[in-house]
Amino acid sequence: MRTEIRIAGFGGQGVILSGVIIGKAASLFDRINAVQTQSYGPEARGGASRAEVVISDETINYPKVQNPDILVAMSHEALIKYLDGLKENGILIVDPDMIVIDEIKDFVIKNNIRVYYARATAIATEEVGLKIVANIVMIGAITKFTDIVSYDATKDAILVSVPPGTKSKNITAFEAGYALSDDLVNLN
Amino acid sequence: MDSEINSKENPSLKYLRKDRLPHIFCGGCGNGIILNSFFKGMESAEMDFDNIAMVSGIGCSSRIPGYVKCDSLHTTHGRSLAFATGLKTGNPDLDVVVFTGDGDAAAIGGNHLIHAARRNINLTVICINNNIYGMTGGQISPTSPKGSFGSTAPYGAQDAPFKLAELVTAAGASYVARWTTVNPVQLSNAIKKGLKTDGFSFIEVISQCPTYFGRKNKLRTPVDMIRYFKDSTVVKRKADKMTDEELLGKIIIGEFANNNRGEFTKGICNLSIEECGKPTYKKSAYKL
Amino acid sequence: MSEEFFIQGNEACARGAIKAGCRFFAGYPITPSTEIAEDLSRLLPKNGGSFIQMEDEISAIGAIIGASWSGLKAMTSTSGPGFSLMQENLGYAQITETPLVIVNVQRGGPSTGQPTMAAQGDLMQVRWGSHGDYEPIALSPSSVQEFFDFTIEAFNLSEKYRVPVVLLADEVIGHMREKIVIDDNIETIKRTAPTEKGEDFLPYKALENGVSKMPAFGDGYKLSITGLTHDERGYPATSNPQDHQKLVKRLCNKILENRDEIARVKLEQWEDADVILISYGSSVRSVIEATFKAREEGIKVGYMKIDTPWPMPEKEVLEVSKIANDLIVVEMNLGQMVHEVERIAKNNANTHLIGKIGGELPNPDEILSKIKELV
Repeated sequence: MRTEIRIAGFGGQGVILSGVIIGKAASLFDRINAVQTQSYGPEARGGASRAEVVISDETINYPKVQNPDILVAMSHEALIKYLDGLKENGILIVDPDMIVIDEIKDFVIKNNIRVYYARATAIATEEVGLKIVANIVMIGAITKFTDIVSYDATKDAILVSVPPGTKSKNITAFEAGYALSDDLVNLN
Repeated sequence: MDSEINSKENPSLKYLRKDRLPHIFCGGCGNGIILNSFFKGMESAEMDFDNIAMVSGIGCSSRIPGYVKCDSLHTTHGRSLAFATGLKTGNPDLDVVVFTGDGDAAAIGGNHLIHAARRNINLTVICINNNIYGMTGGQISPTSPKGSFGSTAPYGAQDAPFKLAELVTAAGASYVARWTTVNPVQLSNAIKKGLKTDGFSFIEVISQCPTYFGRKNKLRTPVDMIRYFKDSTVVKRKADKMTDEELLGKIIIGEFANNNRGEFTKGICNLSIEECGKPTYKKSAYKL
Repeated sequence: MSEEFFIQGNEACARGAIKAGCRFFAGYPITPSTEIAEDLSRLLPKNGGSFIQMEDEISAIGAIIGASWSGLKAMTSTSGPGFSLMQENLGYAQITETPLVIVNVQRGGPSTGQPTMAAQGDLMQVRWGSHGDYEPIALSPSSVQEFFDFTIEAFNLSEKYRVPVVLLADEVIGHMREKIVIDDNIETIKRTAPTEKGEDFLPYKALENGVSKMPAFGDGYKLSITGLTHDERGYPATSNPQDHQKLVKRLCNKILENRDEIARVKLEQWEDADVILISYGSSVRSVIEATFKAREEGIKVGYMKIDTPWPMPEKEVLEVSKIANDLIVVEMNLGQMVHEVERIAKNNANTHLIGKIGGELPNPDEILSKIKELV
């Protein structure tokens, strides 16, 4: 089955690395197929930035994400910009501290979107003591809330993707994200 | 009879591809003096002729390497220094000599000239500056003196010329000199120094093109042109004390740079030694 | 032994170059190809090679031509504007029969166009961009693995035929990440020095395949290499029509007569196809997706993936034109390869174009609608 995931935020939040790690986890460690693409150009520097991954147990021909099954939004701007593309019954993971959920309530209800909260930035700052690993917290949350990549594979992918001196902080961040509650957010 | 002729053979002839003669240069052209000076400089520098590779671009001066019995790369207009940069970096053992002209080096190839000098790559560049485009029929060049005539300057050149030796010095070359075809001894000495310098060497030779520059500028014969050079040259030491006004129309001759700055290909080779413990490969495209 | 990586196409190209034996790179930064230069600036010194960032793309190709004659395998990478600047020296590499590889990661043009968006608008520039007659070789990868594999293939073809080879990639393939497998055992072609020694050697006398042996500077051959029309010795021979005809026809024929050896295509589901999609590079990905979708709906569609746009695989295109009623060429330009297909297919089949510009891959659903219009 083909699953499309879009991770969006603002420049500097490490959304591209998140996409790369998910892609590596799927292809190198879960040994299914993955293609990662990203937006380039002025919008990749500041403003909204996005990484996309297609994961499938079959050959991936068309490499681009068209209508994601999963949208991960780490900023309000990114949420608003990319929400429209999310599939009906799709999964939306947001950092509640970074967005205004009321603005998307109608869309969520109308399209039967399953919403999860992941306070990635706050957890990175408070529990790990390193704000820049918010993206890794988010990867933990993605791993927990969805079944696109396995826990072990994602952990391995993080270990081969981050600088050697930062491995333990990143694993702490991943575990913190994975420990989050997977209760659906009720917007009714 | 044969031996008599042979004994009178030009001493440079042994370095030339006899099967390519006669050459295409006009009577009175400065290229011959310069080529002779090159071989004299090469001999006094005790260079191994078999190790010399020549690179050139397009123009009369760039045709010289084709007549020399060495490996030669006759490239596109203005780009000889780019090709030479690859050749020398690819095999730093070669002694790479570049023949170029004022149009080739200073107009279309001006950017490559300053960058090769900036890198200080170990090339010996002989720039034959005749202040005109000879091969295409006498158009003005970036070194044509203001007011001089050419087939594209029927009312006289309007723009200011480049001072090549000064330009290349400013860009960072290790060795820079300017002489004229009237100074063959100093010229071959400068070529010797250039060949010996471990860095970018630039020898500008002011040369005569009686066919075009002379004809269009009331210096009809080679002798007129040679006389003009003789009358106009000022040695650098003296020129340094003269005002711009006094130097108007003068040709400053002498050495402009002679220093030992880090050489480019050595840096590349050292980086390879640092990163993988061995110098850069040579001829690795070939089967052993 | 083999290793797996999840990397960008541009990174795969750089690794392929090292595996192919490339030990010299000269280039100039330009989006979307820059990662190739960046990676090689790191990898070459670790592998006994040289990396030079030149002052422009004209000097970049000049430097790799010089390096090739010094005896190294050499490469440069660029995109549209830089590829335009390289055209004169590309012709020089053709007439002097200098092996080298030029990677063009295509972006939207003309001019500065869309630096970060994909296009396939340089196909005809590869064919006709430099002045005069010549026959180019170009390879177009449609996956990250192919960008790696084709880089090695490009070096091999350039050595085998003594020609510049263009790797005609695009932004999609350059920037996307996929898994690739790098085998330890990779076949690379090396040069054989001429057996004859010294000045009598004729560097432009054709041996088998119309190709002559490539000597190196400094080996005592006293080479005379020129961009002028030349004789077998390498001496300028510019005024006799026969000399020019002999040289240029040999240069063209060494590619044309070996077209079947060089040209590579992949044909799928074509035997019973009413419609055959033809594409190259990243557009192939959309074409395969559209083929599957059409087959699911019971429409008889096949596809031809052209790995070597140059030389065009004429035999194969002719063959499929006799089977299908309609050929649809899918490319990211307003129609370039379609003219070649039309020329080859003649009246055997109707040739159509899906030409998409703007930077995005052709949409498989758009291709499907076009198919439905036809059947």
